[in-house]
Amino acid sequence: MEKLNLVSESSTRTDGLGRRSFLRYAGGAAVIGGVLASCSSPDEVVSKSPTNDLSKYAGGRMGNGITVNLGSGELGILNYAYALEQLEAAYYEMVMKNPYEGMNAMERQIFTDLRAHEQIHRDFFKAALGSAAIQGLTPDFSGINFKQRSVVIDVARQFEDTGVSAYNGAGKFLQTEAYLITAGKIVSVEARHASILSELQFPNGNAFAGDTPIDGNGLERSRNPGAVLAIVAPFIQETLTSGLMA
Amino acid sequence: MNLQNILTELESVDGELVDRMAHVSRRGLFSSLTRKTIAAAAPMVMASALTNAYGQGSGLSSVVVDVLNFALLLEYAESEFYNMGATSGLMVPSENREMFAQIRKHENAHVRLLQSVLGSQAIAKPRFDFTAGGAFPDVFSNFQTYAAVSQAFEDTGVRAYKGQAGRLRMAPAILEVALNIHSVEARHAARIRQLRGNKGWITDNMATGLPQAIYDGENITHQLGIEVIGLTGKSRAEVTEAFDEVLSKDQVLAIAGAFLAKN
Repeated sequence: MEKLNLVSESSTRTDGLGRRSFLRYAGGAAVIGGVLASCSSPDEVVSKSPTNDLSKYAGGRMGNGITVNLGSGELGILNYAYALEQLEAAYYEMVMKNPYEGMNAMERQIFTDLRAHEQIHRDFFKAALGSAAIQGLTPDFSGINFKQRSVVIDVARQFEDTGVSAYNGAGKFLQTEAYLITAGKIVSVEARHASILSELQFPNGNAFAGDTPIDGNGLERSRNPGAVLAIVAPFIQETLTSGLMA
Repeated sequence: MNLQNILTELESVDGELVDRMAHVSRRGLFSSLTRKTIAAAAPMVMASALTNAYGQGSGLSSVVVDVLNFALLLEYAESEFYNMGATSGLMVPSENREMFAQIRKHENAHVRLLQSVLGSQAIAKPRFDFTAGGAFPDVFSNFQTYAAVSQAFEDTGVRAYKGQAGRLRMAPAILEVALNIHSVEARHAARIRQLRGNKGWITDNMATGLPQAIYDGENITHQLGIEVIGLTGKSRAEVTEAFDEVLSKDQVLAIAGAFLAKN
C-alpha cells in the first residue's frame, strides 16, 4: 500500500519538477562527495575502487533537440531499464568496433560477452515493451577515448555500477511480480559484469565488491531513477524526462 | 508515511554517516568514537529505520519474517564458512586473501543486519558441516575445494534471494535491502567463478564441477513469455548468460541442507 502511494505520488510530478529534483539530488551528492574527499580517516581501510565519477568522460554534449519521455509507473521503469540497456549496449558495440591498444584475448572475450548480454537485454526490453517502448536513443561518447584501455574499462565499470544501483533502486516500483523477478534476473548479471570489470581494473584486491558501491552493512548502494538519469544524461543525445521518482 | 524519508534515512545509514561521524570525532567532539565503533552501530541504525517503517518487531509480516529467516540461514552458512576459512589454517594464496576478507566482511555484516531487523524473531545459528557429510573432506585444507564450495554458496545465494523477491513486494524497504544484498552476492559469485577459471556469468546450466542442482534451470531462454533467442541474433549460450534464474526455497534448502550438521 505504501508502495502504491509512493508510485502515484511520483507519477503526478510534472517533468519540470522532476528535473529540478534531479538537479537538487545531483547537487547534494556533489556536496557530500566534496566533504568526503576532503577528509581521509587514518584507521579506514583504503579501498582501491575509486569514487565513481562519470562526469569527467562527458563530451561537449550538444544534444539533438529531441525529448523522450520514459513515462511513469511500471512502464516508465521498464523504459528506464530499456534506456540504460541501450546505452550499455551501444558502449560495448563501440568498444568492440574500436578495440583499445593491447586488448588481450581474455579482455576481448569479456567485452564480447558484455556486448552480447547488453544487446540481449536491450532487445528483450524492446520486445517486452512493444508499442510502449521509447525510441532508439543516440549515444554521445565524444568525451571517451576508446583507444585507451584504462578509460574504456573505467567507463564500463562505472556504467555497470550505475546499472546495478539503478535496478536495485527500481525494484520497489515494480508491483507485477514477473517484472520484479525479471529485473532481478538482469541485475545480478550486471553485478557480475561490475565485479569482473572491477577486477580487471584493480586486480587482486577488494574492488570486485568494493567499499565504494557497497556500504558498511554489506549492502549495494541503490539509486532512484532521477539520480541515475542525471548520471547518464551526458552520454545520451536525447533529453530524457520521466514521471519517475527523482 | 513518507517512504522516501525512510529510504533516504536508509541511504544515510551507510558509510556516509560513518564518514561524517568519524569526521566529527576527529575534531575531538566525540573522541571516544572510532570508525569501527560507529560501523558496528550501523546495523542497529538500519534495523531501527526498518522497524520504524513496519512497526515494532512483530510489525514484520509472517511472510517477511519467513523470507528474512531463510536469508539469515544462508548468511549464517556463508559467514561461518568464511570465518572458518580465515581461522582454520587454510592456505589461501596471498593474492586472494583480500578478496576472501572482503567477502567474509560482507557475509558477517549481512548476518548482523538480518539479526537486527528480525530481533527476537531471528532463528538461531544451526550447526554446519562444510564437508557436506564427507563430500568435501578437505574443504578447509585444500584451497581448490574451498573455492569450489565458495562458488556453490555464492551462486546459490544469488538464486535464493532472487527467488524470494516477489514475496517482499508489499514491504518495499525490506525488498530494497534484499536486492542490495542480492547484487553483492552476485559480485562475490562472479569473482570466485573467475578465480576458478570459469566465466563470471553462468553459461547454460553448466555446473563447473559442482552439484548440478545449483545450476538447474539456468538454461532457460524465454523471459516474460518471450523467446529471447532470435531477438538479437545471439547464441543460445549468450542468452542464458544474460539472465540469472531463480531457485525456489525448497530447491535452495535441498542444496543448503547438505551443509547442515546431521546429528
